[in-house]
Amino acid sequence: MQLTEEEQAIRAGEWGKGAADALEMQIKTGAFFGAKRFVPVGNVHMMGTLESMGDAGYGFFEQLVRDGTRARVTFTSNSRCTDPGTASILKQDGQLVAREGQLFDLQAKLGAVTVNTCINYQTVYQPHFGEHVAWGDTGTVAYANSVLGARTNYESGPAALAAALTGRTPEYGFHLDEQRIASIRVRVRAKIRDIADWGALGGAVGRAVMDYWTAPVLEFDEIPQPSSDDLKHLAASAAAHGSLAMFHIVGVTPEAPTLSAALGGRSPQRTIEIGDAEIAAVYALYPPTDDPVELVVFTAPQLSLFEIQRLVELLNGRKVAPRTRMIVTTSEMNRAEAQRLGYCEALQRAGAVVVVGTCFYIMYPEKMTEAFGWTRVVTNSAKLANNIGGAKYKSVLLRTEECIEAAVRGAFP
Amino acid sequence: MTEQATTIFVVRRAVGPAVQAEALVSSKPFSPRYDINQQTGTFSRPGHPLEGRSFAGKILFFPGVQGGVMGGWVFFELKSRNLAPAALVFERTNPVMVQGSILAGIPILDGIEAAALQTVRDGDIVRVEPLKLQVEIVKRAAMP
Repeated sequence: MQLTEEEQAIRAGEWGKGAADALEMQIKTGAFFGAKRFVPVGNVHMMGTLESMGDAGYGFFEQLVRDGTRARVTFTSNSRCTDPGTASILKQDGQLVAREGQLFDLQAKLGAVTVNTCINYQTVYQPHFGEHVAWGDTGTVAYANSVLGARTNYESGPAALAAALTGRTPEYGFHLDEQRIASIRVRVRAKIRDIADWGALGGAVGRAVMDYWTAPVLEFDEIPQPSSDDLKHLAASAAAHGSLAMFHIVGVTPEAPTLSAALGGRSPQRTIEIGDAEIAAVYALYPPTDDPVELVVFTAPQLSLFEIQRLVELLNGRKVAPRTRMIVTTSEMNRAEAQRLGYCEALQRAGAVVVVGTCFYIMYPEKMTEAFGWTRVVTNSAKLANNIGGAKYKSVLLRTEECIEAAVRGAFP
Repeated sequence: MTEQATTIFVVRRAVGPAVQAEALVSSKPFSPRYDINQQTGTFSRPGHPLEGRSFAGKILFFPGVQGGVMGGWVFFELKSRNLAPAALVFERTNPVMVQGSILAGIPILDGIEAAALQTVRDGDIVRVEPLKLQVEIVKRAAMP
């Protein structure tokens, strides 16, 4: 890789050992992928949970703090695994909660703004078109590339941290024009109305493509008018089900004014049709059962204010069934507003628990099975439906309205 | 096809030191979050073809990767407890695996031909040479 004078200075230790080590790691990564140079990043978003890094990662952060290391660009934290505020209700281990709190304090000392959110693009930082960023959490990456036209690869914890410390990232993958060109055409014929449908669409596309390095272009019969929340569920689900980092929607996303523009003027390598049957097939992966509804979770990604408002409206003053637990996760920022607006109170009155700064599938769900006996979850999130399977839960994917009915009745509508 | 003719495979890109160790071959893409138990260094996902097998010190072969950014920290943590694999070889990998391997100092090789995963058997002694972009079967395990 070609290094600028500044990069040579960083490598020589002028920005401290932390930055020098980080740059060395980035050079290796860049060399692996054939990057010719670094690009400056405008913002870093890091996944740095205790669950994922264990003691070794914790020690890594301690050392950086001891060395006086500081981030060079704005730097935010993704969802964490524990929420001190609801830990006692959800029986999260007090020691884990405390230790994760300390880990995030370390990250703050490096300069991270610990917003603990996976919807940074809705609430904290909206990169401009073409801006290079280094984001972790796959859903944020898919949203940044696809919807905002910003440029990032999946930057896992250590890679995002390195970018924060050096202010740059190697230019490979989705930083390059060539990688962003669509090669698969997806004709969407299905009727899409709820955010769960957008998630199911993301699941169908993800499962059909199943490759980080491939960007599909979605083409609807009529140009759709998705909301930010619709696109959030599409992006998060496409990443969760298919490891996708980017998609286009003709007439909607910025690099797809036309089908031909998204395809870079080439013919697609293949064309996929997604109709109502293909969407139904995603729902059919997570079918309702005759069992009582024990758990209804709205999460993955954290909810926007509009999603929270809609839950309150759908509940319409009704209460969650006595043997059913309803959980809503959102960010600290959205919770503060939801509180001011009375949404939190309405949810709590209904018996729901509002959890902040985390996401259900990383909250040690196996431990909740031990504590509460939960083995099944009803959700409108196609991402959660997929990911929670790893914690041995059976998911039921339903549209938002049906989830609320299930929560209120304690049984499937 | 003679054994001799199939003992060296070329990869597309690679990084890390050369190592030699026993092979363990997965027919399924690798999901660090869900496939393994980090405490024991074993494959733990119920129904996984390698369920119950230890991966510590082995050269692991996978067709691909599944899952998110959690894989970035996993190998570093495993390495600190001497449970890390000796090397990772993929038909097709993603940045997370590469970032995580580099942090932990584990060699990673990408773009090995699909035939390799049919040829390399569990227990074969394999040598990976990132600089030469190659994977060699040094000694065959006994046929099962």
